[in-house]
Amino acid sequence: MDLLPLAAPALPLDEAGRYVAGAYVVFLVLLVVYVSIMAAKLQRIERDLRELAGFAEQRRDEDSERVTVDV
Amino acid sequence: MYGKGLRPLSIATVVAIAAAFSLVFFYAPLDADQGFVQKIFYIHVPLAIVALIGFVVGAVFAILHLRSGDRRWDAYSYVSIHMSVIFGVAVLVTGAIWAKASWGHWWVWDEPTLVSFLIVFLMYATYYPFRYAIEDPERQARYASVFAVTAGAFVPLNFMAVRLAESLVHPRVFATTNGGLPGSMMLTFLACLLAMALLWVTLVKLELTAKSASGQLKRLRRALDAPAAGAGSRIAPEVS
Repeated sequence: MDLLPLAAPALPLDEAGRYVAGAYVVFLVLLVVYVSIMAAKLQRIERDLRELAGFAEQRRDEDSERVTVDV
Repeated sequence: MYGKGLRPLSIATVVAIAAAFSLVFFYAPLDADQGFVQKIFYIHVPLAIVALIGFVVGAVFAILHLRSGDRRWDAYSYVSIHMSVIFGVAVLVTGAIWAKASWGHWWVWDEPTLVSFLIVFLMYATYYPFRYAIEDPERQARYASVFAVTAGAFVPLNFMAVRLAESLVHPRVFATTNGGLPGSMMLTFLACLLAMALLWVTLVKLELTAKSASGQLKRLRRALDAPAAGAGSRIAPEVS
């Protein structure tokens, strides 16, 4: 690799701005993607929890019906 | 349990990131040599430092797991490494953008700093298939901890080797001799470092909270004898 880039002058602001924006946008996009994945995961947990609560209630009702029949 | 304090921590992280980025664009002076492109430094370097420290933290948790046999430490180690790998992706992409802007190349193979970080990143990328290859959870946790300790020890060694190496183009801005960062740039850099460290801690806590909720749900399902909702992850350790 040649060392010519070392001697190159700083990029003009409009061209440098694109690279800087690109770097910061990559960071923000990664963050948003990660937070979205976590949000989806938490939604799934919430749905499972609701389902499980329904299952527990259904079982409680069945148990109380069984007790009534036994009496 | 893991979710405790997550909300204030998240708020502190958002404030810290906003403050740090404000300092980057409205306070830190333009670099005399690189100009506006140097602003990438404030995101790229803190991400790299936090990612590398995160790998070492993962190794420390792995040691605690091997010493105590408590699976909780394995979960901490897994989440620390997982988060640092994600940060590592950001380091590589922002670094490539910076390299293209200032050197004219997306990647420079004879630059020790870049190649050594890539080696560390690829080494940790093998952590997932390594865990996935072992089915027994106990053995998986133990072997993963050994991996985390070995790889974690490699990180500071690698860092020292790179510092000793003769760099061609990568700057050494934290030099003790002349050529170090001026005060305003150093302040901005430290603010960015703090913001990225806070972000790492927040995301680790968020991931542990989700894992804990998922673990509790599984326990509840087993206790109620309810049908399983679906196959869980084979590699991510459970947190109760």
